[in-house]
Amino acid sequence: MMMSLILAAASSADQGASLNIDWIGLFRTILSCASMLTGIFFVMAGTLGVLRLPDFYTRLHAAGMTDTLGAELVILGLIIQSGFTQMSLKLLLVAFFLLLTSPTATHAIANAAYKAKLNPKLGKYTAPSVDGDGS
Amino acid sequence: MRYALILAIMMTVAWLTLSGYFIPLILIFGAISIAIVVWICARMGILDVETVPYMSLPKTLSYFIWLFAEIVKANMQVIKAVLSPDLEVSPTLVKIPLNSDEDIAETMFANSITLTPGTVSVDMQPDYILVHALLEEMSAPEDFKEMGERSAWAVGVKAREI
Repeated sequence: MMMSLILAAASSADQGASLNIDWIGLFRTILSCASMLTGIFFVMAGTLGVLRLPDFYTRLHAAGMTDTLGAELVILGLIIQSGFTQMSLKLLLVAFFLLLTSPTATHAIANAAYKAKLNPKLGKYTAPSVDGDGS
Repeated sequence: MRYALILAIMMTVAWLTLSGYFIPLILIFGAISIAIVVWICARMGILDVETVPYMSLPKTLSYFIWLFAEIVKANMQVIKAVLSPDLEVSPTLVKIPLNSDEDIAETMFANSITLTPGTVSVDMQPDYILVHALLEEMSAPEDFKEMGERSAWAVGVKAREI
């Protein structure tokens, strides 16, 4: 992403010695990078949640976080980068279907676990402390 | 007849979006495919409100904008809980009463609940949804009431008072 940022700046700097930078292109690249990086942050936080949370149902919540804001922000970044093209329309369609299908899949998994009588852990939960006497 | 027309228009838009070719041969192929699909749907007798979910677009769009704001808010709460060093979560199961008997409104409501991070609809019953919440403060029935009303409004179903 840094590469494309530098390339965008360089290609616009080539056009004239009077340093007329393509401000809109630069702004667009920065915006799309920011959006994608935020999305990646959410995906990573969701993954961390899947690893840390105690039981099946709570882990579903963390996984749900990755495919709502995480994936949508990455797609938003790609849309900003491709501008008003046919590719953007296709990406919009992908975002829309993601918004429809991911809760359906999550509900199917949760319902299957519930029907199979997997009991959720309820009540307060705190992570075991690291520097305790942990055996 | 109205549903057939809506279905044909939706498929035309999808075809043009995905193909991107505007040469006569491909366009004719598209028209033929759409005609065949509409004919098959009409023959199967499934041209009804469920196959062609014609919702009023401005309503649905404004609902999705509201829902997106809710998703962002809920994401912040979940991310705070997950990244905090001692991981304080309080999983809760709660029964949320349904405010409509229409399938489409129930689906919209359950999907919205699942889409919001921190709450997952676990089981659908005729008069309530069993919801699993990650944090106890997310399981207040008042919060779901607004979402239920708005989702019913978005698909054009009259919600009853609960």
